[in-house]
Order: sequence, then C-alpha cells, then structure tokens
Amino acid sequence: MELPGDEELVARLRARDEAAFALVLDSWSGGLLRLARSFVSTGESAAEVVQDTWLAVIKGIDGFEGRSSLKTWVFRILVNTAKRRGKREYRTIPASDLGPTVDPAKFGGPGDPFPGHWLEYPAPWPGPEHAALDGEVRAEVAAALADLPERQRVVLTLRDVEGYDSAEVCAILEISAANQRVLLHRARAFVRGRLDAYFTGGEVAP
Amino acid sequence: MNCEQFVEQVTAFLDGVMDPASERRFVDHLAECDGCGRYLDQVRATVRTLGDLPPENLPPEARESLLAAFRRTDV
Repeated sequence: MELPGDEELVARLRARDEAAFALVLDSWSGGLLRLARSFVSTGESAAEVVQDTWLAVIKGIDGFEGRSSLKTWVFRILVNTAKRRGKREYRTIPASDLGPTVDPAKFGGPGDPFPGHWLEYPAPWPGPEHAALDGEVRAEVAAALADLPERQRVVLTLRDVEGYDSAEVCAILEISAANQRVLLHRARAFVRGRLDAYFTGGEVAP
Repeated sequence: MNCEQFVEQVTAFLDGVMDPASERRFVDHLAECDGCGRYLDQVRATVRTLGDLPPENLPPEARESLLAAFRRTDV
C-alpha cells in the first residue's frame, strides 16, 4: 500500500479524511508498537503508548510545521510519550556503554606473538541451508533484543528491525550521529554474541 | 589495524562513515584476516535476522477506538 506524499497526507488529515487516517494508522502502527515495546517494561502496555501517540497526532496535526517528515514527527511523539513515563536521559552515554564489545580474552595480549589478533577465529555458523533453524534463531534474536539496555534496544529496533537509516534515527531520538553509532554498535555486538553462543554452544560473554 | 580494533569499527564501516585512510586500513585487514571476515559476515547475518522479525499489529479494538476518536475531532 503506497502512501501519498506528506503534503497531500497532511492536507487530508487536516480535512478529517478518515481514509487517510486509516492509511497512516495501518502503515505505521506496527513500527510504533515495536518501538513502544522497546521502551515500556513488560507490565505496561505498549499498545497504550501507541494509542496515546495517535491521540496526540490527531490533536496536534493542525500544528505540524513540516520541519521533519510526517512519519518522523509521529515517531518522535511516541518517543516523547514513552520517555515521559520513564524519565530517561538519552543525550549522554553512560560508562557502561563504552569499552570493548568483544571479550578481550579472545585476542592475544601484549606478551603473545600476535597482540590484538584472534587467539582462535570465531567459529563458523550454520549456513542458510539450515532453514529449519530460522524460527528458533529469530526467537533467540528476539530474546537478546529484550535483554538489551533500553537505549541500545531502542536504537537497534529502529535501525535494524524497522530499517530506518542513521539520520532518521537521530532525528527521531534527537541524539547525535556519534551516540547513535555507539549504541547501535554495542547492541549489534551483543546480539551477535548471543547468536554465537546459541550456534556454537559457548558461554555468553558478560 | 589488528583484530581487536577491527571489531570495534564494524558499525562505522557498514554505515560508510569511516574516513578514507581508516577505511583503507579496515579493508586491508579484512583482505588478510579470515577471522575478521567471518566476524563481519556474522554481524551482517545478525542484522538480517533482526530485519526478519515478524511484524507487530495494533489490537483491532485499539484501531477502532482510534478511528472513532479521529471522527469525533471535527474542525
């Protein structure tokens, strides 16, 4: 289902065209719901955050100034709605988000013949011919995603699950490109580590 | 560049935001090191699997009540 351009969409929403509202509601609620789930703890309802977001969109559409795309504006409203529930700070990177993403013990130390090089190469993963694994692999990835610290989970959800590019994610979360990359990098390394442990039966790195 | 440095540059490389000199060192290392090639492939596979997670949907009653709310807010 192809959405009309922003200009037409906004005009139709302002004219209270219900078909246009149904169109954006159906196109974007899935992504909004997933993003909401990356913020709210299990007890709270992500669907509630999404509903509050749409109510704010209905109320605020006449004031939309077009400084970002309509979709970015809607996603930002969700982020603010979700954050208000939790009062989180996104602009600074806590110390726990710095440091190496791969266990340093996997690399040679200063006394080894090849410092900083793999002591043992990462073990191979089963190839795409193991299609029967797909469902289990996805479940493992979903579990790893749920175990991430919130800020990493939010960025990974937007970038890799929903497929937004770096500029869009920075606009939605109002963070710098550098912070966005640090969070994405850690999150990907964590999920890769979990998949590695899953495939190779190894220990999960702390 | 060694392997320990390589793994920390993977995201910058995939986003295409490395400066040309660092990117050349990254690619040079990749050409020489099977372990890092495998690591990069595994990160790519991880990203693909994340993009493959099943979509979520708003419960039908929530959708209905939002459409009703939209109808109620006449200009």
